[in-house]
Amino acid sequence: MSLRKKIAAATVGLVALSSAGIANAWEPTKPIDFVIMAGAGGGADQIARFIQSVAEKGKMTPRPLIPNNKGGGSGAEALIALNTSKDPDHTILVTLNSFFTTPLRQPNLGIDIGTFTPVAMMGVDPFVLWVHKDRGINTFEDWQSKVKEADGEWVMGGTGKGQEDSLVTTWLEQNYGMKIKYIPYKGGGAVAKDLAGQQIMSSVNNPSEAKGFYQNGDVVPLVSFSDERLPLVADVPTVKELGKDFSYYNQRAVVGAPGMSDEAAAYYQNLFKEIYDSEEWQGYMASESLSPLWMDAAEQKTYWQTQVDRHKELLAKMAK
Amino acid sequence: MMEILGQLTDGIWLALLPVNLMLIIIGVTLGLFIGAMPGLGSVNGVAILLPITFLVPPASAIIFLAAIYYGAMYGGAISSITLGIPGASTAVATTFDGRPLALQGKARLALVTAALASFIGGTVANLLFTGFAPLLASVALSFGPPEIFALMLLAFATFVGLGGDDIPKTIFSICIGLVLAAVGFDEISGEPRLIFGDISGFMHGINFLVLAIGVYGIGEMLWTIDSTRGKITSTETKMTVKGTIEDAKYGMKHSWKGTTIGSFLGFFVGILPAAGATPGSLMAYGVAKLTSKNPEKFGKGHPEGVAAPEAANNSASTGSMLPMLTLGIPGSPTTAILLGGMVIWGLTPGPRLFIDQPEFVWGLIGSFYVSNFFALVVNLSFIPLFIAMLRMPFTILASMIFVLSVVGGYAATRDMHDVWLMLGFGFAAYILRKLDFPLAPAVLAIVLGPIAEPTLRQSLLLSSGDPAIFFNRPIAGPITVVAIILILLPLFKFFWFKYRGVKEVA
Repeated sequence: MSLRKKIAAATVGLVALSSAGIANAWEPTKPIDFVIMAGAGGGADQIARFIQSVAEKGKMTPRPLIPNNKGGGSGAEALIALNTSKDPDHTILVTLNSFFTTPLRQPNLGIDIGTFTPVAMMGVDPFVLWVHKDRGINTFEDWQSKVKEADGEWVMGGTGKGQEDSLVTTWLEQNYGMKIKYIPYKGGGAVAKDLAGQQIMSSVNNPSEAKGFYQNGDVVPLVSFSDERLPLVADVPTVKELGKDFSYYNQRAVVGAPGMSDEAAAYYQNLFKEIYDSEEWQGYMASESLSPLWMDAAEQKTYWQTQVDRHKELLAKMAK
Repeated sequence: MMEILGQLTDGIWLALLPVNLMLIIIGVTLGLFIGAMPGLGSVNGVAILLPITFLVPPASAIIFLAAIYYGAMYGGAISSITLGIPGASTAVATTFDGRPLALQGKARLALVTAALASFIGGTVANLLFTGFAPLLASVALSFGPPEIFALMLLAFATFVGLGGDDIPKTIFSICIGLVLAAVGFDEISGEPRLIFGDISGFMHGINFLVLAIGVYGIGEMLWTIDSTRGKITSTETKMTVKGTIEDAKYGMKHSWKGTTIGSFLGFFVGILPAAGATPGSLMAYGVAKLTSKNPEKFGKGHPEGVAAPEAANNSASTGSMLPMLTLGIPGSPTTAILLGGMVIWGLTPGPRLFIDQPEFVWGLIGSFYVSNFFALVVNLSFIPLFIAMLRMPFTILASMIFVLSVVGGYAATRDMHDVWLMLGFGFAAYILRKLDFPLAPAVLAIVLGPIAEPTLRQSLLLSSGDPAIFFNRPIAGPITVVAIILILLPLFKFFWFKYRGVKEVA
């Protein structure tokens, strides 16, 4: 841009201060680095690739979104990549709750999520307690007594200590007075597979991860950790119905790198609103049992703070 | 059985529809070149081309992606053989014998053998897939952490227990590989390890391709410059149809056993969700060498050493479709992306897929057969082009290898840190090779380490620290015992000869 053009642009900007003309003029000028806080094949990865396909199909971006898996260290690798991004206007991240827990658990990483740029909350993923059908357990009460009988030998699989499902597992232990042996796996898909193969006895999985085995009759849902009953497993009670005030969801949100310009942030916020409203995404949420939870940028910032406080508490309880 | 045959025929017809057939031919050709480019493998090919598939119906889309996947499996062997740089992670084992063959002026033999072995591996896998998919899915389910660890132990054992090699040096090499595999975030505790202060490039671990390209691309180049002083390295005979047929006959005659081992072992390793085609091909190489009558020929240019890993990587890539389709768990990074594609097309992979979407499933299986055939034809017709490269003086070829290695090292993770690391590995490999250290075990260790370590720890958590878990489970037990026997075999031999020696003196 020549100096004269710059002056001209500035003049137009001054004249049309109130219009959104200039703010909306920003568009990506190169491929967008679409970082994923998890490895290939997991829930977050599927969502990122789905979003990419929706954007591609609707020709919503002039430059493509390029998925980039950085799942190392419970997402620490992805957070560092964003924190040190040389081009924050072209770097966005698909997050899970490790967006809150990893900086809390590893303060030496020097990550302050408050500096990240909110883009969109695409929905939240509920959790359900599953057991293999051959265990002959059909209710949550049954399950509790079986776990207590096993006296510390009841084996559950999950995606690692401090991860979403392990927080729920710890909550179960502490609120129902039981001891569980917890085996960490690489991802929720591997957990669901090893539950179906009876390598583990039960699991806390997202409905999307266990859906195939559930529909085939291999695994039985016992209780959901959501606020309302889930359409996929409508007969299954929530823990709230059973008398404990608890719910836990995994966030499926998109955030921008720290230092992203306001114009770029506005561009991505509009883009993801469009994706969120698309028929494809609404259909995906229904089929994968995500709960809709749209938030604008300001609401997201507040939400982050409440989630950080909540996870501090959950992690502190876990350490006990 | 009749029902399966009927469905398969329908599937093959679907794959032969003009639009699908065209996609298959484009797919295998693209895949061949993507696979041949160091650093770009089927993962990248499938990921880059995934969005294009939204233009066609789901069945055609997955047929196209499967064709790319197949083409890339064939293509990986090409640069492994002609340049000594593994074209894809799945083709690393192919360099062990493919490169020496090319240096002896037998590149055509190596390429033809690789193509035929790939075809046979793919065919065996397709037949197994067609006949036994549901049964094999339950086999995959019965493999928990202890079974997978036992299998990894067996893979290491095949490399240690080989007669002829210097065993302490082999073990040293495995240990280097295991240490490199431990770099990055620990999966179980989530803590970073061996990141040397806070070098962010180490946080994502050491990518296996960075090591393989360093060792085989740069290291091999230095070694060849050192030993030939820049002369033409290969005096390749002209490419004639007659010569090619003779090579095909010779190659198959001398490598049917490796091909068979690779075809079955590769498929079996491929269906285990943790593994995939890279461990499958390395294990096939190890087993082929172990069971061979002349193991000393391996690593010096034995067609069997090309056939076993090539049959295995094709077979394993078909195999790794199985857990993806029937369990919804990807068996390899590429199938992880295919899995994402299926979700986008509105299909739910899992145990119900075969029942709910038979047309899609059988169309895909049909396309495996058709893709495999066309991949062979396309590959064979491009062989003269690849051989022409070898007629260049090594001084020119070396600079090509260098450039391709740097590009490949960068493409794997898009991080300059890894390019420096790759160059470092290249120099280290050259020096270790001068000192007669075998490098293949280090490569094996960095592939298998990230599978072996978490499964070992998961198993010990399951058993509260009791190692008996590896012995008292029906599948893990026998595998562990065989692995231990293989590891101890050289020791037995040592004492046996010593005892006999003493007796003779007396």
